[in-house]
Amino acid sequence: MAKVIVNAVVNGEPVEFFCEPRQSLLEVIRDVLLLTGTKEGCNDGNCGACNVILDGVLVDSCCVLGVEAQGKTVETIEGLAGTDGDLHPLQRTFLDLTGLQCGICTPGFIVSAKALLESNPNPSEHEIRLGLSGNLCRCTGYDKIVLAVQEAGKMLTEAKR
Amino acid sequence: MIDFDYAVPTSLSEAVSLMGSNGGSARMLAGGTDLLIMMRAGRRLAKLVVDAKSVPELNELSLTDSGLNLGAATSCKRIWDDEPVVQAYPALNDSASIIGSVQIQGRASVGGNLCNAAPSADCTPTLIVHSGVCTIAGPNGTRQVPVEEFCTGPGTNVLQPGELLVNIKLPSAPTNSGAHYLRFTPRNEMDIAVAGSAAFVQLDESKQNFASARISLAAVAPTPLFAKAAGDLLVGKPVNEESIQQAAEAAKAVAKPITDMRGTVDQRIHLVGVLTARALRKAVERAREA
Amino acid sequence: MSTTIERSSQYKVIGKDVLRPDGVDKVTGRAVFADDVHLNGMLHAKVLRSPHAHAKIRSIDVSEALKMPGVRAVVTSEDFPPIPEGIVKEEGAAFFALASDKVLFRGHAVAAVAADSPHVADEALSKIKVEYEVLKAVLDPREAMEPGAPVLHEKLNPMSFGARLEQHSPNALQQITSMGDIEQGFREADVVVEREFTTKTVHQGYIEPQSCVVDTAPDGSVTIWSTCQGPFRHRDNTADLLQLPQNKVKVIPTEIGGGFGGKEVPYLEPMAAILSRKTGRPVKITMSRSDVFEGTGPACASYMRVKFGAKKTGELVAAHLYFCFEAGAFPGAPVGGAVGIGLGRYKIPNQLVEGFDVVVNKPRTQPYRAPGATQIHFATEGVVDELCEKIGMDPIEFRLKNVVQEGDRNVQGVPFLRIGGVEVLEAIKNSDHYKTPLEGPNRGRGVALGFWRNGGGMSSCSISVHPDGTVSIIEGSPDLSGTRTGIGMQAAETLGIPFEDVRITVVDTDSVGYTMGSWGSRTSFATGWAAIEAARDVNLKMVERASSIWSVPPEEVEVSDGTFYHRDDGSKKFTFKQLAARLNATGGPVVGSSVVDPTRGVGPAFAANVVDLEVDPETGKVTILRYTVAQDVGQALHPGMVEGQLEGGTVQGIGWALNEEYFFDNDGQMRNSSFLDYRMPVALDVPMIDTIIIEVPNPGHPYGVRGVGENNIITPPAAIAAAIHNAIGVRMTDLPMSPGYVLQALWQQNGH
Ligand SMILES: Cc1cc2nc3c(=O)[nH]c(=O)nc-3n(C[C@H](O)[C@H](O)[C@H](O)COP(=O)(O)OP(=O)(O)OC[C@H]3O[C@@H](n4cnc5c(N)ncnc54)[C@H](O)[C@@H]3O)c2cc1C
Ligand code: FES
Ligand code: FES
Repeated sequence: MAKVIVNAVVNGEPVEFFCEPRQSLLEVIRDVLLLTGTKEGCNDGNCGACNVILDGVLVDSCCVLGVEAQGKTVETIEGLAGTDGDLHPLQRTFLDLTGLQCGICTPGFIVSAKALLESNPNPSEHEIRLGLSGNLCRCTGYDKIVLAVQEAGKMLTEAKR
Repeated sequence: MIDFDYAVPTSLSEAVSLMGSNGGSARMLAGGTDLLIMMRAGRRLAKLVVDAKSVPELNELSLTDSGLNLGAATSCKRIWDDEPVVQAYPALNDSASIIGSVQIQGRASVGGNLCNAAPSADCTPTLIVHSGVCTIAGPNGTRQVPVEEFCTGPGTNVLQPGELLVNIKLPSAPTNSGAHYLRFTPRNEMDIAVAGSAAFVQLDESKQNFASARISLAAVAPTPLFAKAAGDLLVGKPVNEESIQQAAEAAKAVAKPITDMRGTVDQRIHLVGVLTARALRKAVERAREA
Repeated sequence: MSTTIERSSQYKVIGKDVLRPDGVDKVTGRAVFADDVHLNGMLHAKVLRSPHAHAKIRSIDVSEALKMPGVRAVVTSEDFPPIPEGIVKEEGAAFFALASDKVLFRGHAVAAVAADSPHVADEALSKIKVEYEVLKAVLDPREAMEPGAPVLHEKLNPMSFGARLEQHSPNALQQITSMGDIEQGFREADVVVEREFTTKTVHQGYIEPQSCVVDTAPDGSVTIWSTCQGPFRHRDNTADLLQLPQNKVKVIPTEIGGGFGGKEVPYLEPMAAILSRKTGRPVKITMSRSDVFEGTGPACASYMRVKFGAKKTGELVAAHLYFCFEAGAFPGAPVGGAVGIGLGRYKIPNQLVEGFDVVVNKPRTQPYRAPGATQIHFATEGVVDELCEKIGMDPIEFRLKNVVQEGDRNVQGVPFLRIGGVEVLEAIKNSDHYKTPLEGPNRGRGVALGFWRNGGGMSSCSISVHPDGTVSIIEGSPDLSGTRTGIGMQAAETLGIPFEDVRITVVDTDSVGYTMGSWGSRTSFATGWAAIEAARDVNLKMVERASSIWSVPPEEVEVSDGTFYHRDDGSKKFTFKQLAARLNATGGPVVGSSVVDPTRGVGPAFAANVVDLEVDPETGKVTILRYTVAQDVGQALHPGMVEGQLEGGTVQGIGWALNEEYFFDNDGQMRNSSFLDYRMPVALDVPMIDTIIIEVPNPGHPYGVRGVGENNIITPPAAIAAAIHNAIGVRMTDLPMSPGYVLQALWQQNGH
């Protein structure tokens, strides 16, 4: 099928793009919108490296078609830091607590953790491990990722007070 | 992936007519967590992909006196986000909250799980033990099929070309009843059942005897399996370990698994016994709490 | 998680958790990995792979594929110049030039298509017609060593990891070493244990698939952006295969999303270079996950037979280790290394080690974090655990009695310098974990000791001093886990300046001298050493400059902690920044550089584990309850990152122990080539890993650094097997100890 026009709001900005129906949202984000912070690790829903938030719902963007973004909002890792360059608390704690090694899984984990903390601001270790089980990390063994998410949860809760 | 057209119908009639077009090579897209992966691997082909998510009937999730109306495209996440539904059908929540991961559950639908017709589907046994009935719409109108008759083989179901699944209706749970689904996987999350078992029990007023029971199994036959005999033999039996073990043995007797990368025949038959006993115990516990 | 460090740090920069320089880019999505490179006019290519484990290629017809709209070029082995003898063959790199006469494993690359989009390239693959004559395949190493087995190669290249092996049979090479008289040794033993063990093929499981973008200029020069552990090996192999001078191939290592040994060789770059030459456009190839599983190099499967003899009092007296490593389609399993370290942790006077490198019709294996050691330790530590049980001795006491120490000789007869075997064992013995009794049914505790030689080798580095006193460092070691931070810290320490004044960049093969790849636990050690030497060169040149500014002989100028001063005249003094500001006007900038090859200073290291677990007797599933790892790291450069290495390696080891395996069918097809069915641990599968960092400084390195990256994966399977035995009384001799296997073992025990 010919390419279709899709209108969406990506990281707060309205965007219009062309895509083939067979292109996944991940391909569109990376190859059409050139937002390469979202990664591909498996292309079949098993690693979470491609995580974005679609209309408020955490998804594996490799399991979504680009055309499905029509009329929706998409949040990617690039949308997390404040416009003035201030890091999001999760980005801060991943850095400070060595929550990354190679860093390929990191954008996915941070986006996924953001969704987790939005629904559960003060998760237990078990809840974090369960909530992040759709994200694979082969480098860290998860310890420091869990700690970083816990700490960011605390920072976010404090900030709200 | 092979090229295809994409359409977003906004009414059931439009969806039905789109599904009937293209010489039967149209496919419904709900969450896409099976469809897109399979199309990418060349294991499913479609000239037209019809998005189910804007058809109101396919996206209903309503709890009434007569039971649950579960639109086919309703995502797992919508189920576990819906406290009254979770309260009324905890076993449905058991299933919906173990499919893949949170990310997958944000998209994956119960209807897609059923239509995909994998023997290992985690929702289907639960729908079966709850006596779910499918509403199917097609060029010749609508028809009803009990869930246990819906799947016909690995990856195949009763839908004729042009037909689609509208919803699954679960009758309301009777008093003193409880249900549970569990599966066995080597990992704690992100895994496919080596075997799974759903149990529904209704106890008598004393809550000491089984009034009725339904048991259904995952990943041990070409389709999700309704182990009718295993449930039936509990009727009138006292609630105790002996009855539970008898039902578990009866479930083992109907399991016809294969050996593959996820498990062996012996292991799976053994697990059917273990899981069915565990499912029954938990279902009884829920029935007694109810 | 909870960490104890036993140390006394005398350093200003080293040993602090500084902020990694690449960190912000990695948490914001700015960091550029290979697949993130987009060039104008770039095409996308996909690779056609063999559906057969062993077959002759009769013909390849690409004409239909070329007719497809959007298809720009196809490459097959015919497009490559004849493969030269020498290094390419020696390293088994010939197959990166695509299969020519035979395919040797399912997944062997046969052709590649470049097209306007990856979807078009993918579709075009199905239009390429390859006629195969299917041959009988051999999939088991023991069968491959039998007379009459299908033969893969006319000739086997005898090099394995720098060691030369002997031909054993058409499909096998061997290496044998011995010491003492093992028959006599076993006669002296009071207790002898002998067992067979097997392990399956496992994958490194890096999350980023192999990927590259290659641009061939009209003059034939090739620029490669690649996710690679060793840009210089990529360059050399590509230049050899394309028969180009090495200065016409430039490899730009991008950020790399994990490697663990799997990204040491150029699977894609040579074919991409030809596609780019044919089309005049840059070409990107990124593997799919199933390509990664089937077309790259996993870690070798193994068959092992181990016999150990000990005295009642606990001294080991004899050991016989026989092992076959399944190399895959080309030789090169880590036999030499495993022979070297297989028994290296214990003093065993009489020993015989026989190692075999066996080719079978499966993917050509590659190193995976301490190549060969995890397999060997699973077997040998398993036998040690059984000896302890038979003798009735505490497993840590037994190991303390036998572990090698400073002055003991290694297999090559060279005495060890200071090493930390005793220290890691004592650390486990004194840990809260080991001292806390484990209670409850079906629960068990296991310990194991691991030993790894670590690596050295060539590295280069240069440092430019800027007028404001900051410096830029360039080096050539791709940073898989934060190594550039530790390397920069060593330079900052040597220069006596704050880490914040250092900018460190991993650069391409044109910009820095030869540097071996990031493998073998060598990066922080050897490239770190290069950074130290480059910093010393800077110091030397700055001392000279100060002496000329002060008109005093250079011998009278000294430097310490970033201050340059005259030996006797207190008024003559520059801080690093003050002197830096004077450089341009007093003779020009200072650039320090170095090339090092520190093979002799390499410090071997130990790790010890204690694990508690519970077995579900109804399902066979093992749940890890508590895990403690103690590792001798020499000197922790960045403690946070060091802990990360220990935790990550341990969890990889847990995955290997419990669930990970290639599931091959009888035709040699991998049935589980996705992350769904190749079951690596997810966050919910593991507990926090307690780490005890032991610092026994390596006397061979200026800052006492030993490699840290590999040792931690070696012990978990052995420790877990011991704990399962402790829990349910069954000896597990095969990996993975998956639920199905544990269940079967339980059934056997109960006479099921
Ligand atoms: C990483 C991962 C993990 C997974 N883990 C699990 C798991 O643990 N347990 C499990 O059971 N499954 C699992 N799955 C499979 C899948 O997520 C589930 O089967 C899911 O419920 C499918 O729903 P969907 O809405 O995504 O279906 P889709 O992919 O949209 O559709 C599935 C199939 O049903 C058809 N279809 C969908 N809706 C209709 C309709 N209304 N009428 C007619 N046909 C229709 C589609 O054409 C397609 O053939 C996993 C998948 C992935 C990618
Ligand atoms: S790339 Fe989407 S889940 Fe792995
Ligand atoms: S940091 Fe490398 S995969 Fe997570």
